[in-house]
Amino acid sequence: MKLIYRQILLTFMCLPFIAQAQQTPAPQQTEAVTIVGATAHLGNGEIIENSLIIFEDGKLTQVMDANTKIQYRGKIIQAEGKHVYPGFIAPNSTLGIGEIDAVRPTLDEDEIGEILPNVRSLIAYNAESKVVESMRPNGVLLGQIVPRGGLVSGTSSVVQFDAWNWEDAVIREDDGLHINWPSAFRRGRPWRDEDPNLKPNDEYNKELQKLSSFFGEAKAYLSGNRDYTNLAYLAIEPVFSGEKKVFVHVNGEKEILDAVQFKKDQGVQHLVIVGGYHAVDVASALVENEIPVLVNRPHSTPAMDYEDYDYPYKLAKLLHDQEVLVGLESSGQMERMNTRNLPFYAGTVAAFGLEKEEALKMITSNTARILGIDENYGSLEKGKSATLFISEGDALDMRTNIISHAWIDGRAISLETHQTELWKRYSNKYKDEDKE
Amino acid sequence: MKLKLLVLGILMCILDAQSQEYFPKNDGVKSPNSNYTIFTNANIYTDAGTVIEKGMFAIREGKITAVGKSINIPSNSTVINLEGKHVYPSFIDLYSNFGISKPKRAENGSQPQYDAGREGYYWNDHIRPETDAVSHFSFDAKEAEKLQKAGFGVVNTHVQDGILRGTGILVALTPEASEGDRILNERSAQYLSFDKSVQSRQSYPTSIMGAMALIRQAYLDADWYAKGNADNTDLALEALNRNKNLTQIFVTDNLLNELRADKLGDEFGVQYVIVGSGMEYQRIDKIKASGATYIIPLKFPSAFDVEDPYLATRLSLQEMREWNQAPANLKVLSENNVPFTLTTHSIDAEKDFRSNLIKAIDFGLSKETALAALTSVPARTIGMQGKLGTIKEGAWANFIITSGDYFDKETTIYENWVQGEQKILENMDVTNITGTYDLKIDGKTYELNISGEPSKPKAEVKLGDSRIGSKLSFENNWMNLLLSSPDTTKTEFIRLTANIPEMTTTITGKAILPNGNQSAFTATRTKDSEDKKKQEKDKQVHEIVPVTFPNIAYGFNEKPEQQNVLFKNATVWTSEAEGVLENTDVLVRNGQIARIGKDLNAGGARVIDATGKHLTAGIVDEHSHIAASDINEAGHNSSAEVSMEDALDPTDINIYRNLAGGVTTIQLLHGSANPIGGKSAILKLKWGESAEDLIFEEAAPFIKFALGENVKQANWNSNVRFPQTRMGVEQVFTDYFSRARAYETLKNSGDDFRKDLEMETIVEILNGERFVSSHSYIQSEINMLMKVAEQFDFNINTFTHILEGYKVADKMKEHGVGASTFSDWWAYKYEVNDAIPYNAAIMNEVGLTVAINSDDSEMSRRLNQEAAKTMKYGGMSEEEAWKMVTINPAKLLHIDEYVGSIKEGKHADLVLWNEHPLSIYAIPEKTMIEGVLYFDKEQDAKMREEIKKERNMLIGQMLKAKNDGVKTQPVKVREEQRVHCDLLEKVQ
Repeated sequence: MKLIYRQILLTFMCLPFIAQAQQTPAPQQTEAVTIVGATAHLGNGEIIENSLIIFEDGKLTQVMDANTKIQYRGKIIQAEGKHVYPGFIAPNSTLGIGEIDAVRPTLDEDEIGEILPNVRSLIAYNAESKVVESMRPNGVLLGQIVPRGGLVSGTSSVVQFDAWNWEDAVIREDDGLHINWPSAFRRGRPWRDEDPNLKPNDEYNKELQKLSSFFGEAKAYLSGNRDYTNLAYLAIEPVFSGEKKVFVHVNGEKEILDAVQFKKDQGVQHLVIVGGYHAVDVASALVENEIPVLVNRPHSTPAMDYEDYDYPYKLAKLLHDQEVLVGLESSGQMERMNTRNLPFYAGTVAAFGLEKEEALKMITSNTARILGIDENYGSLEKGKSATLFISEGDALDMRTNIISHAWIDGRAISLETHQTELWKRYSNKYKDEDKE
Repeated sequence: MKLKLLVLGILMCILDAQSQEYFPKNDGVKSPNSNYTIFTNANIYTDAGTVIEKGMFAIREGKITAVGKSINIPSNSTVINLEGKHVYPSFIDLYSNFGISKPKRAENGSQPQYDAGREGYYWNDHIRPETDAVSHFSFDAKEAEKLQKAGFGVVNTHVQDGILRGTGILVALTPEASEGDRILNERSAQYLSFDKSVQSRQSYPTSIMGAMALIRQAYLDADWYAKGNADNTDLALEALNRNKNLTQIFVTDNLLNELRADKLGDEFGVQYVIVGSGMEYQRIDKIKASGATYIIPLKFPSAFDVEDPYLATRLSLQEMREWNQAPANLKVLSENNVPFTLTTHSIDAEKDFRSNLIKAIDFGLSKETALAALTSVPARTIGMQGKLGTIKEGAWANFIITSGDYFDKETTIYENWVQGEQKILENMDVTNITGTYDLKIDGKTYELNISGEPSKPKAEVKLGDSRIGSKLSFENNWMNLLLSSPDTTKTEFIRLTANIPEMTTTITGKAILPNGNQSAFTATRTKDSEDKKKQEKDKQVHEIVPVTFPNIAYGFNEKPEQQNVLFKNATVWTSEAEGVLENTDVLVRNGQIARIGKDLNAGGARVIDATGKHLTAGIVDEHSHIAASDINEAGHNSSAEVSMEDALDPTDINIYRNLAGGVTTIQLLHGSANPIGGKSAILKLKWGESAEDLIFEEAAPFIKFALGENVKQANWNSNVRFPQTRMGVEQVFTDYFSRARAYETLKNSGDDFRKDLEMETIVEILNGERFVSSHSYIQSEINMLMKVAEQFDFNINTFTHILEGYKVADKMKEHGVGASTFSDWWAYKYEVNDAIPYNAAIMNEVGLTVAINSDDSEMSRRLNQEAAKTMKYGGMSEEEAWKMVTINPAKLLHIDEYVGSIKEGKHADLVLWNEHPLSIYAIPEKTMIEGVLYFDKEQDAKMREEIKKERNMLIGQMLKAKNDGVKTQPVKVREEQRVHCDLLEKVQ
């Protein structure tokens, strides 16, 4: 038995992607940092053109105009002409619970079963993922790690991207319950000689029924004497107290309205729509019920031939215009590695009409509010966590999203990655060859 | 004189029609019958264009012996009076599987099957020209009756299975006759299609371009075989040669395939008869130009059930339009003089054929054309003119007798005669009892009113002013009438019954009263039935939405024209040594960049103020998979014989969306399912043009190669195809190249040789006449392919994707290969573990020609952003970054002489941006190809409005249709599929 175990261990150790560790996490902040002269994008819609930012013990102590006379503290960074942003936040992500899409042993995102609220992403989160570290040079410093699949996929947690292990990484444990809302359409089953295209799902109501009866049974259980353990029922208890938000992954107009009704019927305190492709026409119902939307990645193609070619680009703006609280998320094909493009998603939304600082909010303060971490994260404000970075220019634009410094909770994190190491190694190879 | 001739004709018929019958008879004595049947007083449609009113015709022994206004009636005749009735030739259906047993589906297996499952036949199981409908045929009386009810007398039936499907038989629908009599031709036509046989699981071909290549190769092989060059026996090729001179019927089910079939036929000098889709109107110019006769299924899309507005939003405009437009298809074909016939295939002949035909007529098809399409056109197509589809002397006695105009909904088809065999569908000797009567029963006088078709009369009964419940049945001239009691509180009935063999003024019969007593009743006619006021139903006006190019959302109402344009005062990104020119004018004339300079004279050209805007060359995407019906021919480890030009789909909305992202030229590459993929199509995104007009005329020929996980099928359950390792990949190349050299030697020797399309392509590669773009990731395989190529003395032109190019950039430079890569993709499979976004910058630094490619319809529409990422990752300069999506890919594709930069004399493929083109905030405002504006943001805004209006109108029409009781279908969603060569699920 022991021998087999050892063999397995050896086999795994031979796989290079397991063997390579990420950058060493940064130590606690011991010295104060003062950033002088940068354009500070506070993430709450405001800009300070010539800013002064001071942080100590992981907290922002000053965010103000640089012309204010005040004592600089600790290490001083002259950042004239540069831009400072709060760390970007990637909600609805599978970073760290999946590494390589095509290699099944590296995937931990989707457990079997239909209703698994008790399954928790956090304990599978690989703080040493090479994909996770590649977020940081683009300014993406925090993320909500979300399980996938089933009707109720499980429970997410919010982590920061510079940690030794998941315990160190977590900043909000078990923040959300994730429901894949049934679709009013389903795909035909070709093996039953059905047209593989989508058609009305005749089991939609049945699936909704399944969901509400689960919630109903759970409530009955929770108000009983609990003389036995039901993990699934227990896992949704915080949903009714408001400690755990319910993230409903849903796109259709009718389905969204049904989800809104579900919130009311079930006494769910906080509900968030994830995806929201057709949310525009039901925006008023969302506003009325204080339901924000995490809009799916703007770098998508329209679902239908007749839709505006720029519909996915401008969807977030259309919702914003109707006063819906909007964040951007990046799930979809190859979602993990693509999450580092989060700033450019916001940039694209700005290109198609949204004011730039508003677009920025969709990956900072709005997202922090939606995830319930806004007390500490999502904007540069006195007293909040020193989770921020310095960019050469506009961080929503690829040309100028060039990051020189980044801090998470005041810790100066490494911006090196597996990729930058290879870059340097091979650039040097050719330089050395030239010298020869 | 005329009469005399006719008599002579009949006599001659009698003389020479006495054929000798040689079958023994053991159940009685022989009972020959050579009598004539004469039909008189009929309106005879001898063919689609000619009617003899109150005419006569004679039949004998299954054939028509005489037709005319008046013909001689021999003494051995029975005469049938067809007063007031119409006679048409029975119809012909050329595309049918009547009486053919369903081919048995091959059982599923756990692994794909690559080799043929049959011996003694062709190397591909889907080539089945030896299939012989006769041996799969048994007469299906039930189905025959359905067809006869619709008016059909003859069908051409075959085994609807496979690519080359073998021969059909022409069968008369005569249930009483023997097979020997009803089979008019046991090899009536050869059938072809693009669909594989269900009887074999052999993988090849998995794509439309594979199917086309396979048919080509089969034709070539048949020719070679006929010359006696093969050592083996191949029953399939023998059959193909035997079938060569038959009518060739090509079965398709969509418009693109119709045009593909015709193109294929043109290459081999074969004019196919094409089974179409009903969507021909969408490209009627090309359909007309094909010169083919079409067999059109008489089937129209059903209206969608759009009552639920949420579901309705998921309907594509294309499907909504097709519902609206398709009923006018036959009219459009007819107006364009495209010959066509009709088939009942895929519809219920009895229920839907006639109503659909009437619908087509309602939408503008003329009755004459409709009749011709069912009679003379199919007869001619199948080589039976004069024998079928006409009522004339010598033709088969195939005709229908109707109560009136066949194309009138109310008309009854009484009889369908086939080869002289009578099939009664409705009794035509019905006594017409319609009219108004005084009905006397048991001392009371009722008013009885009988109306409707004589064979299906309806009754209405009144006593004084009150209406009495009644039910009338009338069969075989026996009337049964049930009356309910005038007292509605009682359930009492009076039953009346009478036999009415002919109409007289008074009907008498028996009445059974509620108490059980019997008495007599009389009904005395007071009025004839009022002639159905031929309520000329207000001819429904059909509002048909215009066809656009292509016929989907954002198609053009009229194709945009080339313009001479002066872009005034732009920031011009030349992608040349001149760099970026501020405040510069660019003059476009005759589709070319005529001049670049300051303060240019428009000289009549349209002036576009580009102040504050940026003008660039159109983006060139080295690696695209849009505008194609299929991407991978995965059935073999080499598919050098296939060409993406065969798979073009000019109706892909992604063409328009790419234009909106500033893309004007793409290389449409084969996928990466096999080491040697297919030939590329290099396209200009000329939205609205037909497939062949998208092709970049001056472009060089290319082919896709692929390496790594996809070609060794590492990521899915298949482990029987060679290669399964990178070691094997090298051997595939070496083997094919060696064989191609040997093939070339044989070909050049002057000896007979088998033309092999795959080898022909590979010889082109070896001789530097076709360039290779190879999908590649890992440094080892990149190096390997270069070494193999060098061994065979040619160069790889481009490594595409090339994610570890940075590791061997020096070797690549030495080989002289270019690179086209993703900006930042990685971590989606094991072989991209070391992919880095700095790749482009490093390769560029080493001195390679580097492009940024998309592979993906989403990324391709913002390649400017992808190019800009090279500034972030590796610090490229703006100008160098911009070249990566313009002149550099143009160089890689050998089209830099024409496109990729703003230079006098080059094609005017230009994009006007609102902003710095590398900025995240940049949006193309105008995209031009050869001086034609294919995308214009202002135009786009107008189209959005029009689309909204059109959808709204069509939804209104569908709601009305449903309200009128038309059967609807549930909404179905035609989803946009994103195809990459690099996504696992797409590479099969």
